[in-house]
Amino acid sequence: MSKSSYKVPIGPIHPSLEEPMTFNFEISGEKITSVDLAPGDNHRGIEFMGRNRNIVQIIYLAERICGICSASHPFAFCRAVENAAGITVPPRAEYIRVIISELERIHSHILWAGVAAHELGFDSVLYLSWKVREEVMDILEILTGNRVNYGMFMIGGVRRDITEEQIPRIKKTIEYYKEAYQKIEDVFLQDPSIALRTKNVGILTYEEALNLSAVGPTTRASGVKKDVRQDQPYSAYADMDVKAITPDMFNGRTKGDVYDRIVVRVLEVFQSVQIIEHCVNNLPEGDILSEKKIAKLLGTLKKAKGEGVGRHEAPRGEVIHYVKLNEAESPEVWKARAPTYNNLMPWVPMLREQEVADIPIVIASIDPCIGCMDRATLVDTKTYKKQVLTRDELRKLSIEKTRRLLQ
Amino acid sequence: MEYMNPEELVSLLKKNLKESIIDSRIETNKAGIKQEKYHNVWVEVKKEKFKEAIETLASIHYPHIAIIAGNDTGESIDLTYLLSIYYGERFKEISVNIKVSLDRKNPSINSIIDLIPGAQTTEREIKEMLGVDFVGLPDMHNIFLPYDFPKNVFPFRKDQKDLDKLVQKES
Repeated sequence: MSKSSYKVPIGPIHPSLEEPMTFNFEISGEKITSVDLAPGDNHRGIEFMGRNRNIVQIIYLAERICGICSASHPFAFCRAVENAAGITVPPRAEYIRVIISELERIHSHILWAGVAAHELGFDSVLYLSWKVREEVMDILEILTGNRVNYGMFMIGGVRRDITEEQIPRIKKTIEYYKEAYQKIEDVFLQDPSIALRTKNVGILTYEEALNLSAVGPTTRASGVKKDVRQDQPYSAYADMDVKAITPDMFNGRTKGDVYDRIVVRVLEVFQSVQIIEHCVNNLPEGDILSEKKIAKLLGTLKKAKGEGVGRHEAPRGEVIHYVKLNEAESPEVWKARAPTYNNLMPWVPMLREQEVADIPIVIASIDPCIGCMDRATLVDTKTYKKQVLTRDELRKLSIEKTRRLLQ
Repeated sequence: MEYMNPEELVSLLKKNLKESIIDSRIETNKAGIKQEKYHNVWVEVKKEKFKEAIETLASIHYPHIAIIAGNDTGESIDLTYLLSIYYGERFKEISVNIKVSLDRKNPSINSIIDLIPGAQTTEREIKEMLGVDFVGLPDMHNIFLPYDFPKNVFPFRKDQKDLDKLVQKES
């Protein structure tokens, strides 16, 4: 470290959020020269807890890995167990699973868009996007009874059916988002000041995304066409032509910067609306569970032996669960991987050579499970005096940069 | 681009690694009303030739690593590498799950970060949690455990007792 550089640790994050994490930056002037990532401040040992639970109990544990991906983790876990034990899911249940997952994607992407706008200092855009998000939260509550942690998934199907009366209500939501889409696109993609702050910022090249095994919109924004729904279609996705969305579909440009990550997410909201529309119009008749009696299901799983992998494209990227059953109450191995895990390392090339004021938006651009930065400490290496920067002060730097650019 | 089918992939691995392939099977699942197929290839290789298996995969298509799942069976430490190739094209992706068994007393394996740099996080996690030594992985600080966590305690080993004593409790 040269004498002119500073160390700037940012974090740990507020403990009430998932995956708090510390970033140790080395800063020279206004530029970041290196960054060291230190997550693990809130490792909850969920896989460890799973050792003492039966498979059905683990579904609810998996649901609580992440508050926003609370359909994605149980989806992947159920698929892993079904593959390991050879359970077939009725088609109607597959369609309901996809409807819930895509509603979750809409809610997650719009939530993220609001947070990104907030980090840049456009709070009116935050209010607008979260207002648009309320519609999807309402429909999730109507269908599942909850705004988060839906409790819909069960091994071999889903726990609640979608009734005839609910279908017109879902169609109303679809219409609402078709109308709102143009507004979202105008606000995020046609706005010159958002473009000024996000174009050519936090670039992740195609090669870096590939080498670092990045997932989700983060990798797709760099041009890697990777999407489990397309590459290895499962569930009801196999009946639809889902394509991985890359930014060149919008404007023929793939740069891998923060702007491209916004493009991918905005387009994916519209893609999700189309998927839900297809599912609702083609919802098959029939059962929603392969085995209704939980005790009998647990009995079958207790005798099962085998390994299974369950994958699902969550809003942030691929969620993958690995389960090994060995004729016991609890699985012998349960490994869950959230998308942010693979998107940790891409932060390093993204943040290198960026300005301190761009830290909030670059970090937010991968849509980590961590949304808020708690505090930052600046250490002067000459005097070893500590200067503590609060989250508000860091955000103020970001907002000031936006204002400077707008002048 | 030419795509291999899973059978060809397994025979290529067998050709390159010969008797180092202990076991292999192809799991085919069906999805959707049209019952479209997708494949999981499960391979168990000997530790010594493990890296050659990854090199063989890399010669076909750049592999994506999802995670390494670790399992302490009491006799050995089993690692299952969840990889995939041919992503980017509809219905073409093949999941390749490579299992390696390591000696429990002195578990060590070659690191693959020179081939796939993205494997660093998961290798560091397995190193901390199960005490596997990855040859070629730089010595870095703990990623998920606290920095000052005892060096000889591995929380995900099944015989690890008294873990609760390591947890700081609020008085």
